[in-house]
Order: sequence, then structure tokens, then C-alpha cells
Amino acid sequence: MRKIKKVLSAVLAATMVMALCACGGTAETETAAKATDTEAAPAAASDVKVGFIFLHDENSTYDLNFINGATQACEAAGVEYMLKTNIPEGQECYEAACELADAGCDIVFADSFGHEDYMIEAAKEYPNVQFCHATGTKAHTEGLSNYHNAFATIFEGRYLAGIAAGMKLNEMIANGEITADQTKIGYVGAYTYAEVISGYTSFFLGARSVCPTATMEVTFTGSWYDETAEKEGANKLIEDGCVLLSQHADSMGAPTACEKAGVPDISYNGSTASACPNTFIVSSRIDWAPYFAYIIDAVANGKEIATDWVGTLETGSVVLTDLGSAAAEGTAEAIEEAEKAMNAGTLHVFDTTTFTVNGETLTSYMADVDTDPEYTADTEVITDGYFAESGSEFRSAPYFDLQIDGISLLDTAY
Amino acid sequence: MQQKIKEPRFHIVKRADISSKEAWIIRVIAIVAALALCAIITMVCTGDNPISIFATIFKGAFGTQRKTWITLQYVAILLIISLALTPAFKMQFWNIGGEGQVLMGGLAAAACMITLSGKLPNAVIILLMIVTSILTGAIWGVIPALFKALWNTNETLSTLMMNYIATQLVAYFTIVWEVPKGSGKIGIINQNSNIGWLPNIGNKYLLSIIAAVLVTIGMFIYLKYTKHGYEIEVVGESRNTARYVGISVEKVIIRTMLLSGAICGLAGLLLVGGINHTITTTISDGQGFTGVMVSWLAKFNPIAMIFTSLLIIFMDRGASEISTAFELNQSFADILTGIILFFIIGCEFFIRYKIIARKDLGKENA
Repeated sequence: MRKIKKVLSAVLAATMVMALCACGGTAETETAAKATDTEAAPAAASDVKVGFIFLHDENSTYDLNFINGATQACEAAGVEYMLKTNIPEGQECYEAACELADAGCDIVFADSFGHEDYMIEAAKEYPNVQFCHATGTKAHTEGLSNYHNAFATIFEGRYLAGIAAGMKLNEMIANGEITADQTKIGYVGAYTYAEVISGYTSFFLGARSVCPTATMEVTFTGSWYDETAEKEGANKLIEDGCVLLSQHADSMGAPTACEKAGVPDISYNGSTASACPNTFIVSSRIDWAPYFAYIIDAVANGKEIATDWVGTLETGSVVLTDLGSAAAEGTAEAIEEAEKAMNAGTLHVFDTTTFTVNGETLTSYMADVDTDPEYTADTEVITDGYFAESGSEFRSAPYFDLQIDGISLLDTAY
Repeated sequence: MQQKIKEPRFHIVKRADISSKEAWIIRVIAIVAALALCAIITMVCTGDNPISIFATIFKGAFGTQRKTWITLQYVAILLIISLALTPAFKMQFWNIGGEGQVLMGGLAAAACMITLSGKLPNAVIILLMIVTSILTGAIWGVIPALFKALWNTNETLSTLMMNYIATQLVAYFTIVWEVPKGSGKIGIINQNSNIGWLPNIGNKYLLSIIAAVLVTIGMFIYLKYTKHGYEIEVVGESRNTARYVGISVEKVIIRTMLLSGAICGLAGLLLVGGINHTITTTISDGQGFTGVMVSWLAKFNPIAMIFTSLLIIFMDRGASEISTAFELNQSFADILTGIILFFIIGCEFFIRYKIIARKDLGKENA
């Protein structure tokens, strides 16, 4: 018994010492926090507090992109913020949203599509808190004044990235690496969901606007984040003879597969140049900082937040990263030119003269804009000779779900 | 040449018996040592103050009234799943198929909510949900039991494989019922009509907690005071003894797995009908496996399981709070949980065995 007591007291003493050291530590961190507070004070105009909910953490390129936007916007506005990572798309999201509201957040934001229903539940419970959700589809039909959707015209960014792809294909033809009939692009998608379809179609149209012989093959993984499946999908496409790849899924699976095989790649959500120095061409991404700045400003000044907010090239929401070493010569100029035309309104990504569906040009299309379990096609979206994607009068999230000629889907199980 | 007697410096000797007081002292030392190691690792890796990290873990689980309710609800679900697995483990039937049994129960509930909505009155739908999910869970549990009883197949493998079948079935139906098309998500079922939502008792957290209390009491009585419970124990101790005293081992295996699966089905019902109101392949979140640990840590005692499941949920909830408050990755809290569990499980070794140091008697002249 005495021995045990000895050991116990030794352990206790050790913990006490550590606790003492630790206390010294606290004092320091607290002062540090205060110092940053006073530094931030001149910029801070409001006492708005923002809570963020993320599906994964910074290991996912998708979530990292949101986390960067959030910290950047909040620090620029000098407002307090809380980040909750690894929140699954279930009741946990509702609980997290309520906890953030309980903690005094005036705005609660969630970044994943599957969070939407749970955000709506929380919005019903806290009418004085603004709930904002990226990629969702239900704000315009839900009729809640404190629930909002946001997205960006990322299809424009994809189109521009597609131009970079087309330029690369042309370069490869000119170098004699491939012939014009081998210009097959591969694309690793997550689900056969409109957001993905809109993404790969715009990317393809961008590529074909530069390299007319381009075709594309798409494979789906059935997950937004599955490194193994994305890598396998990419390898399958490469074996299939695809000479350039792009993807819409959130892991490094496809980019690293490309690097290994030496196939040029256009990534998404941010630059993969450091991991893939030899094959990275460019990446399009949505910069969420402008949206966050907008909602913080709206709440601080008592203004309404738009039910469906659509970020564009002009708001700085749709951006391309710096070009990688694999990019073809003249890419920057070609992209700049197209961007100018888009901003001027003379270039529409889904111009109906540039694509056909089952061999026919589209003159009318009813899209499923109002989400319902029967997928009812409810809204005419062809206006002035183009498919009006992410129209602010309809909804912010994409609804382009047509299968155009030139793109073949390898598997549609998901 | 003097002959050397090789005697190891330490002996490991099995304890004949140990008083519960001594056993508890060992456990307390283990927890203190675990916390001390956690503190050291925290300071070395992050430079953050370990005391404030521990305080944050506590705040994450019990910081506000809502947090306390959520914690209790999570404990309730984990406890129900652990209790479900217990009778099977007690009779040495390695049911690691809790995950699949929960999923199938949940899938049955979701199927009722989606396909019967608007066709039958709400009360009838809820009644059908209760019946079908418990039944489906029981069926999913009894299939490996039948194989074991009839052909003596390895239940560890078959229950595990049944998990994958269940996951894929849920994945299949997710695509069938997804909204909107192609998204791979069902979303909240009947969000505006609330058809098939289990009623709130008091508040939305209480229903699962009450269910857990009832299952705990029921399982405690079942295992300790009923003939069935006794039979389970005998089969667990020795199948031959059971046969000798006239217990039909096959019958006990089948009956126990029906019960085990049925309670897992109940957990699935609560997860789908009472809490999430949707079904996903990850809805049980690995708790079918965590439940194994909860059950073992508590040595199959239903009352002790309340504390072991609380410990696991407490650390888990604390983990996410740490990642929010300190902007550390959630993995860091998982490391801390791992250390604590390692010590708790490891200390059982010192309860069963003691280490005796060699007595040198001052004759060391090497």
C-alpha cells in the first residue's frame, strides 16, 4: 500500500507541476488574444459574429477553399467567427447550427449540399439569425426570410479552364504528340448531379471552342471525397486513351494520378501545382470571401441578404489560379479575351448554337429548378439563344442537366 | 566459472484474487497517468495549455443546456447499440454486425416514411415503422445465427460481411430515393408534413434517452434474473456444459441473436425516425463497432455501460469542441481519446496480473 501511495503522490506532484507551467501558459495566450483584439479594433465596425459549418476539415480541397474564404473575409471585416469542422450531413448539422446560434452568432453558414435541410430546420427555430448555405437549392421555395442560398457562376470559370485545356490539346497536336482525332479529355465527376453536369459540360465547351475535335469521357465516383475512387477513375480514363484530365471531386486522387502518368491536369478548388509540378495547367475555383463580406456587411447594416446570391467573375467570386508549367503558350491571353467577352455579355457559356443534344439544337428546355421528390421540370431556362444557368431570377445552384453530344458517360450508376 | 542463474528482473504473475478497492486504485492511477500523458503531448505538440484543453472538452459535452441534451442523446443511442451486442458477446458469439443491423432497421423505417407517406394515417405509419425496423434488425441478426447454429460457420466473418451488404443496400436505395436527382442524398424525409417522425416527448432529445433507460433496465434484468440470461451465461462459459445440462445451444444462439438484432433495429428506428429523419450509409457512424468496445469495457454489465458509453461520447463531443475552440484538427482530440482508452484497457492487465521485481539481496558482483 505504501508503495502505491508513493507512486500516486509522485504522479500527482508531476501533474501539479505541469498544471502550474500550464497556468503560466494561459496568461500568455490570453494577453496575446487581447493584443490581436485591439489590433483588429480599428477595422472592426460591428459586433457581428459569424459561425461556419464545414463538412470536412482543411484536408479536403473543397472545405479548405471555404475555410480560407471565411477567415480572410472575417479578418478583413474585423468580426468574430467560429469554425466547426467535420460536421456530417445529418442531424449533427442542425445541432451545430443551433449551438452556433446559441453561442451568439448572427450568421450561420454551412458549406455542403447535404447540410441544407438541417439548416432549414435550424432557421425555423432561430428567426433572428441569418442562415446562409452554399450550393443549396431550396431557399427560393422554402419561404423563410432568414434562409439564403448562394453559389457562383463557376461554369464560367470552368469554361475558361476549358480554354486552357483546348490550348494544351492544340499544343500537343502541334508537337506531334497526338493527332487531332486523339483529343479525348477525361473527367472524374462525383455524382450525376446538375452541379457536376453543368461543370463538365462548360469545361468541355470551353475546350471545344479552341480545339474543335475535342471529345470527352466522364466517370463518376459516387462520393464527393473518395481519394481511392478518384485515383482509380483517373487511371481508368488514362488507360482509355484520355490525353488530358479534369475533375469535380474534392480529393487529390485525380491530380496525383495524372502526375504519376504524366498526363496534363486541370484541377478544381485550388492550385495543385505544389503536388503536381509537371502536369498542373490551371484550376478554377469559387472564392467565397466576397460572399462572406457581403453577408457580414448586410447584417451589420441591417440590409436584406439575397435569397439566391450568385457570385460572378465581376464580383471576384469566380477565379482561376496562376497557370502551371504545363500550360500551353498563349493560354493567358486566350483566357483574358474570353473573360472580357463574358463580362461584356457577348459570350455565353451555354450558347445553344455551340452544342446539340441528340443531334438537335435546343430551342426550349424545362429545368427542375424547384426541388421536389418527383424531379418535376418546372422552369423554361432557354432565353435569347442560351441556357440561362444560375440565373438570379431562378436559383443560384446549377440546374444544367442535359447530356450534350460529344461527351460520353462511362457509368451513370450514381 | 560460476554458474549464473538467469532470472529476469521482472516476473509477471497472475493474481489469485484482487479486492475491488485495489482494482479501483489501479484504474484511478491509469486515468491519472493517461491524463498526464495527454497533458504532456498537448504541450509538446501544440503549445496549448492542457488544463484549458480539458476544460474545453468538458464544456463541449456539458457547456450549455443544449449540449448536455445532445450528449445524453448520443449516449442513449450508443448505449442501446452496446446493450444490443451484449447478450451475444456474453454467450461468446462475436456479433460485429451491429452496424448492419442498425442500418437495416433504419432503412426499414425510412422505407415506411417515404413510400407510405400520404397513403396511410400518420399513427399507422409510425406503428409500421416500429414493427418493421425491429423485425428487419432481428432478421439481419438471425441470419448469421442460423448459419452458425446449423452449419457452425464463423459468425465473426458472417456478421461483418452482413454489414457490407446492408451498407450497399442503403447506398442503392439512396440512389432510388435521392432528391434532387443525381445528388446522392435523400435529405430530410417529409420535412414539411413530418409524417413518420417519432413524436417528441418533452423535448426532441428525450425519446431516445427514455428508450435507452428502458432497454438498460430490461437488459439488466434479462441477463441477471431470467432463465434466458442464465442460459446465455452457461453457453458463454462452455458449450459442452450447456449441452450436458440440457440447454439447446442452437436455440439459445438463434434466440439471442434475434434479440440482439431487434435492439439494433430499434436504434436504427430512433436514428432515422426520431433524430436524423433521413437515411445515409454513414448514419450509424461506426457505433456498431464502438458498441463492442463499450460493452467489453463494462465487462458486459449494463449499468457500467452507462459510464463507458458516456466516457466515449464525452471525449468525442469534447473533441469537436477542441477543434472549434483551439482551431486544432479534430484528429488531435482523437489522439487524446486513444491515449485514455489505451490506458483504461491496458490497466485491466495490471488488475489481472501483478509484476514482481527480482529480489537481488545485494549479491550483485558482475
